[in-house]
Formats: sequence, C-alpha cells, structure tokens
Amino acid sequence: MPGDDALVLTAEEQSMLAGEQGPATAMCMRLIVGVARANGAERLVPIESAHADGCLYHGVAGLEFTERLVSLGARVRVRTTLNVGSLDLLHPGLVRADPEVAENGRRLMDAHVALGCEPIWSCAPYQSGHRPAEGSHVAWAESNAIAFVNSVLGARTDRYGDFIDIAAGVAGRVPYSGLHLTRNRAAALVLDFSAVPAALLDDDVAWPAIGALLGELAGTRVAALTGLPGDLNDGGVTEDRVKALGATAASAGGVALFHIVGMTPEAPTLAAVLGPAATTVPVTAHDLRRARERLSTAATKSLDAVSLGTPHFSLSEFAALARELRDGPSFSSSIDVFVSTSRAVLAEAEARGYADTVRDAGGRILTDTCTYVTQVLRDGIRTVMTNSGKWAWYAPANLGIDTVLGSLAECVASARAGRVVRDERLWG
Amino acid sequence: MSGCGDDPVTLSGRSLHPGQANGVVLALDEPLSFWGGVDPCGVIVDAHHPQRGSTVAGQVLAMQVGRGSSSSTAVLAELIRSGHAPAALLLAECDAILVIGALVAAEIYGTTLPIVQLAPGDLARLHTGTRAAVLAHTAPLAATVTATSR
Repeated sequence: MPGDDALVLTAEEQSMLAGEQGPATAMCMRLIVGVARANGAERLVPIESAHADGCLYHGVAGLEFTERLVSLGARVRVRTTLNVGSLDLLHPGLVRADPEVAENGRRLMDAHVALGCEPIWSCAPYQSGHRPAEGSHVAWAESNAIAFVNSVLGARTDRYGDFIDIAAGVAGRVPYSGLHLTRNRAAALVLDFSAVPAALLDDDVAWPAIGALLGELAGTRVAALTGLPGDLNDGGVTEDRVKALGATAASAGGVALFHIVGMTPEAPTLAAVLGPAATTVPVTAHDLRRARERLSTAATKSLDAVSLGTPHFSLSEFAALARELRDGPSFSSSIDVFVSTSRAVLAEAEARGYADTVRDAGGRILTDTCTYVTQVLRDGIRTVMTNSGKWAWYAPANLGIDTVLGSLAECVASARAGRVVRDERLWG
Repeated sequence: MSGCGDDPVTLSGRSLHPGQANGVVLALDEPLSFWGGVDPCGVIVDAHHPQRGSTVAGQVLAMQVGRGSSSSTAVLAELIRSGHAPAALLLAECDAILVIGALVAAEIYGTTLPIVQLAPGDLARLHTGTRAAVLAHTAPLAATVTATSR
C-alpha cells in the first residue's frame, strides 16, 4: 500500500546505514534499502557470497560509481567473484577494443579487484570453484549464473545486476524478497518432455532448444520440467546440458529458476515444487525443432566462424571437444574458431593437453571475456555457428551477424568442412 | 472521471524513487530494454520496437514493465549522467533494475529521477503528448502524477 514502510532493520543494519561502519558501507546500504523499500521487503537477509557483473564496461557512470567505492575505502565482506570484463587480460591481442573501452574497461576491472573481489573473470563461477550450498542466500548477477545457482545448486538469489551486486557484496545483505522467499520458488508452469524421442534428448543440441522453448513459454515465471533424462553427478555431461538450457532460457525469457523433476535439488518429485494452479504443457520434437530454428538466422550453408563457450567452456566440454578433434583434420583455413573460457578452466585444460589439441586444430582460446560482448571477431564475418543458445540469441543484434545453432560435433564438422554441416535426421 | 477537456487529472501511485519532474508523456506500446534498446542520446533503436526512432530523453516515460537485461541499470545511470535520461519513469510494476540506476545516479551525481508505480488502468490513461507533472516522495511513500490534456 502507498505509504506503508514495512521494512524493519536490525541494530547492526541501522549502524551500517548510519555510517558507523564507514561511508562506503553506508552508501551500499542506501542502495540495498532503497531497493528493499521499492520491492516492499519487510527485512534484509545476510548473504554468503556474491557474483558481480559490473566489471563489464557500459559507460562512465559505472566506472565513476566503482571508483567512488574504492576511494571511500570499500571492501567486500563476503566472497565476491567477478564476471567477464571487456578485455582478455591473458591474451590482449585477441580483443580489438576501441581506446575508450580499452582504457576505461581496464580501470573498471582494476577497481573491482581493489574492492577485494576475486578476479575469476567468468560468467560460470560455478566452474571456477564458487558453488554455494543448497539453501544458502547469495547475491548473484549474470542471468545464466543466476539460473544455475538457483536451479542446479539450490542456493537462493534474486535477479541482481550492475551496482546492486557489488553493493550486496560490500553490505553483505540483500532485500528479503523475490526468489529468496520459499513461496516464490514454486512452479507456475509444467513442461512435460516425455513424448520427445530419447535419441533427441540424448544429443547436446536439444538442450539450448529446450531452453529457448522454456524462455518463450515461462517468461519470468518458475517452471518445472518433467521427462528429461540425466544425472548431475555423471562427471559433467548433464551439468553442461543444464547450463546450456538455463543460459538460453534466461536470454529468450527472463528465467531465473527452473526445476527438473528427479534431477535438480529442490525437485525430487513434481509435488515438491508444484505451485497452486500450475498448468501443464506437453512438448513435442516439433516444438524443439521450431525453437532451434529461431536460434538460426542464417539462410545459406556458407560459414565464416565458429564460437564455442557461452557460458564459458567447462573442463568436460574441453574433454568432449578434444575427443572430437583427436586424429581428425584441422579446421578449414576459411573458418575462425573461438573458444571462450575462464582462466581457471584453461589452466586445467592446459594440464590435460586439451588446450593444445584445440590450438593444433587451428582454434583460438579466449579468457576473461566473451566473443559477443566485446570486439573479437574480425570485420567481414557474416555467419557464425555456435553450440550456445545464449550466443545465438544475442549475437545477431550485438554484432550484426547471422547465426546457426548446432551441436558440438556439428560445429566441429562445419569448421572442418568450411560450411554448415548439420544432421537433420534427429529432428524428425 | 476527470481529464477530459482541459481539466487536469491527478493519479495517485507509489514512489519507487523520489524526485520531481515536468515533461511530455511518451507512452510505450511495448516494454523496452534500455540495454540494446536505447542509444547514448536516448533514441529508441530496438529494431523490433514499434516506437523505434522516438526519444526518451526529457520525456515522462510511461511503460507497463521494463524488459530484459540487468545491464539496463548501467545504461540508465549513463543516460542520467549524460543528460539524455527520461524526466520521469512511470511503471505498472516495480522494476528494481531501473530503480537501482536512479539510486546510483542520485549517489554519484545528485540527480533525482522520479520513478512511480501506478495502477495499470491509471497508467493507460496517460497518452503520448500529454503534459505531466510528477512528484514522488521518498520510497515507499505516496506519489502523484498530474496530467493535462494534449
């Protein structure tokens, strides 16, 4: 109701807001309290960790905000990992940023490190050792990471973004609202995949298509998915698929939480997550084919580049790519192949020889950033194949190129052939 | 119902961010993402948006909900810094992504961009081209929007 101030702060929180713990903490608390009042939250909740994405440069305001925090002496009081920046600090030659982005993007990344954040520079912190416990409250930004930490790990975050993420890390608090509340985590919608052929669901290309369909049907609502195979403890295959599903659903809709019945931690049964008045939608192979086609804007078989690793490539994805490449021909000289990953995963991929296998085939490995948020692809590239539904969703508008969605195997086959190669038999 | 002829109509809402502003209403037909949807001068560039080419700068921007990316926070803060932001935002649902942009700009630049939540039916009574005066107290106190005819 207008005029009702339901928010009650603890003595500790009032002290932080009053500036007794320094001006930086007070400023961050003003932001948290401002959002809590707008949301109608009744209290704040302490968080165990944060993941901040304000380190990607969008303009001077973000830089001045972060440098203000540094000058006020701010330090994060909970573990706070960092999302991608605008630059690849390990391989600077791969990014062709303009001078403003190069200079200010670097300052923005440095300012976040000065606040005490962990510079993992990855959109997949869950692959760099940041995996909060089930039921813990966290403040995560970056839509795929939000969907993953809520759905796959069962920790609780609302949708956070620039400024509020780092403010939460400094204050160690967020409004107790949105997906922090149990009542908001129930499914309003059920998608049933039991009529989709097992052979299609066993191919990794089905999973971004599932995500695109989920995003389209759910919007920002919580959905439960039934009839999907997999085991999150199988060494990475299922986790990689669910990562792709969530990243695409968060892009095509505003999905921040989904439950896969029998797989994800909050959904041992459908009854455990089913909200009142939830409706059920049966899904067919035809629906998934349609979703895949929406992620493929290219009209011809011609191809200029292949982009893998959005969200960042995992170690198990590197292992799968190395298996595809072993003893086979190199990529066509007409195709630029990029793999985006984190520096932590790259170090492990180097140790296991996967990175050299990719480079020997003609691929280039990018860290700390991603091929769709900064200038990496050379001018003149028009059609790009990817195994990422998220990349396929954003790249046409961000980069002005056409996309083709395919499986990892199809991306490799296409990069070798120099043109789009896809196996249509799976799709019926 | 008032608002016919030259009689002003006053709508009561909920303040999401405090401030006071006057301007001409731009009522969006569809949600708009500031990230990727608005250029640095405040012009709508989203190719799929029916009001592509309109400018949000200096307008009293009325939309049912925001859309999409959390990076819209940084884009709104940047528009406020550069002087190309809307004069006020009127929404039917609270959108924390936009509230944070206004809160940060207030901290860094001392600006006061009012953001008001109105009932959907009241929001629909505001038409593009109407002049509107917006007064929002500190959230979550009351806010008023007084609109005159075109």
